[in-house]
Amino acid sequence: MTSFLPAPTTIAALVKIGLLVGGLMTAAAYLVLVERWMAAWVQDRKGPNRVGIPLTKIRLFGLGQPLADGLKIILKEDFTPRHVDKVLYAAAPLVLLAASLAIFAAIPFGSVLPPLGIPGLPDPVPFLVAPGLDVGVLWVFALSSIAVYGVLLGGWASNNKYGFLGGLRSSAQLVAYEIPLGLGLLGVVLAAGSLKLDAIMNAQAETGVWYAFAQPLGFIVFLVAAFAEAARLPFDLPEAEQELVGGYHTEYSGIKLLLFLVSEFLHMVTAAFLIVIMFLGGWHLWGVTGSSQEVTWVGALLRFAILSGKILGVILFFMLVRWSWPRFRFDQLMNLAWKVMLPLGLANLVTVATVEEFRPQLAAAFGPSAAGWIALLVPWGVFFVGWIAAGLLTPSGTDNTPILTHGPLDVEHELVEV
Amino acid sequence: MQATDPAITWLQEKPLGLAERLYLPLFVQGLATTARHLVSPKVTVSFPEQRPAVGNPLIYRGVHRLNRDEQGRVKCVACFLCATACPAHCIDIVATESPWPDREKYPEAFQIDELRCIFCGMCEEACPVDAIELTSLLDLTGKSREEMIFDKEKLLSVYDMTKDAEPMKSAALGGAP
Repeated sequence: MTSFLPAPTTIAALVKIGLLVGGLMTAAAYLVLVERWMAAWVQDRKGPNRVGIPLTKIRLFGLGQPLADGLKIILKEDFTPRHVDKVLYAAAPLVLLAASLAIFAAIPFGSVLPPLGIPGLPDPVPFLVAPGLDVGVLWVFALSSIAVYGVLLGGWASNNKYGFLGGLRSSAQLVAYEIPLGLGLLGVVLAAGSLKLDAIMNAQAETGVWYAFAQPLGFIVFLVAAFAEAARLPFDLPEAEQELVGGYHTEYSGIKLLLFLVSEFLHMVTAAFLIVIMFLGGWHLWGVTGSSQEVTWVGALLRFAILSGKILGVILFFMLVRWSWPRFRFDQLMNLAWKVMLPLGLANLVTVATVEEFRPQLAAAFGPSAAGWIALLVPWGVFFVGWIAAGLLTPSGTDNTPILTHGPLDVEHELVEV
Repeated sequence: MQATDPAITWLQEKPLGLAERLYLPLFVQGLATTARHLVSPKVTVSFPEQRPAVGNPLIYRGVHRLNRDEQGRVKCVACFLCATACPAHCIDIVATESPWPDREKYPEAFQIDELRCIFCGMCEEACPVDAIELTSLLDLTGKSREEMIFDKEKLLSVYDMTKDAEPMKSAALGGAP
């Protein structure tokens, strides 16, 4: 009989997938509620607080709201307009959701479990669907790039100018911000010496220096790029309601719209995961978790809780930022990507590479402790210099006055009296 | 109008200072504003449980009532003035001979369709004996259309329910009680 059973590693992976997908979908539903609460509280309102347990009068602070919202949108008519490209129209939300979910195969959602002693299952069991995936970071970035296709397909297949403009903006924005995102990430990969996300967390836990402190410039660049990649305010141009109706999902309704909205939330969750794992120490907290790979059950759950708490904190920051700043204009968005974030990311990369290259020499000359301080202070120096330079050198605003004196190339624009 | 028109005054934006160009102070300022509002007292009134604080809630024109006189009889004399005045035609009166010596007629049936009523208050103004009045109960709900057609007993019971909270207006205005 045992030969018919799948391997223990397969079963473990399936259990993890079940837990992760279930957890993520529930989390996405409840994050919508949290987002609505935050929106309400920032505007001095109370927010949804009525829906509780169905058929009773128990309200539970509105915790039944996600269930009601989900039921409502699933039961809505799934209307397909006649003018759309039917195949692509149906494929777009699926592509987006599949890519957004598949990203989590390489993202660790905790540290490791204590040895379970199950034969055939290597101990300790990591909180990771695909353990030992050597290209973890590449997987994440490849799939988040594929998610752009979902947005593009949605915009294109809708055959609608608002959808098309939304998709167009989205592609330009996401492609532009992939570069600062990659540059912010490269510094971390360089310092950790691994593309595995769990190895990056372990590296931070061992030294006790989170990369947000070791590479402040890289952190800022990555944070801003992550906001843009998740298309959150102040970078939500792909679906700027006031300009584009709904952007690339203007023509969608019912469950297809739900898939788009869930994917968008998953983007934000992914961004929060990456920020926490790569820059905020992952499951590590000084004096609480330790850094060893041998843990007890309490330790494993504690690390999971700390990681989740940090991620929730980053998501709350995302939501607070949404109500704090107005949306960028598209030229400002592009200026920020190419003229500010790209040079800053490059500066960070060069600094990190230099520091890592000369770290052994520094340690030999001044001792390991002093070398550690130098390796910490140099990036901070570069951070301040880079920030001030970016502030002083970038164009601060746009001159909206008309050009009254024509240059030699502007002749054809001159008004002709009829 | 051309850009060179002398009627147009072109204003220059104020150049940004160092703090503004570094973005960080404004960043913190924006975040502080939202964070302050996040925890500040809320203005929402949870309506059915909590009533909005209005200076004088009696100014509202809500559901009607049929007033009783001091002997507990309906004050209405079935003159049809309210039904005539009603612009929504929602008042339906069946008059019959009065059993009491002090008036000729009284309403055998008195129906108001609260769903048709526009709460203009003309019936109240038209009534010569101050029999029909609008109370301040404005959140009137029902589960069916039939339920929202108020008959004489229901209108009298509205009076019984509200007579302490809202005394008859005619008495306050110097009219007959």
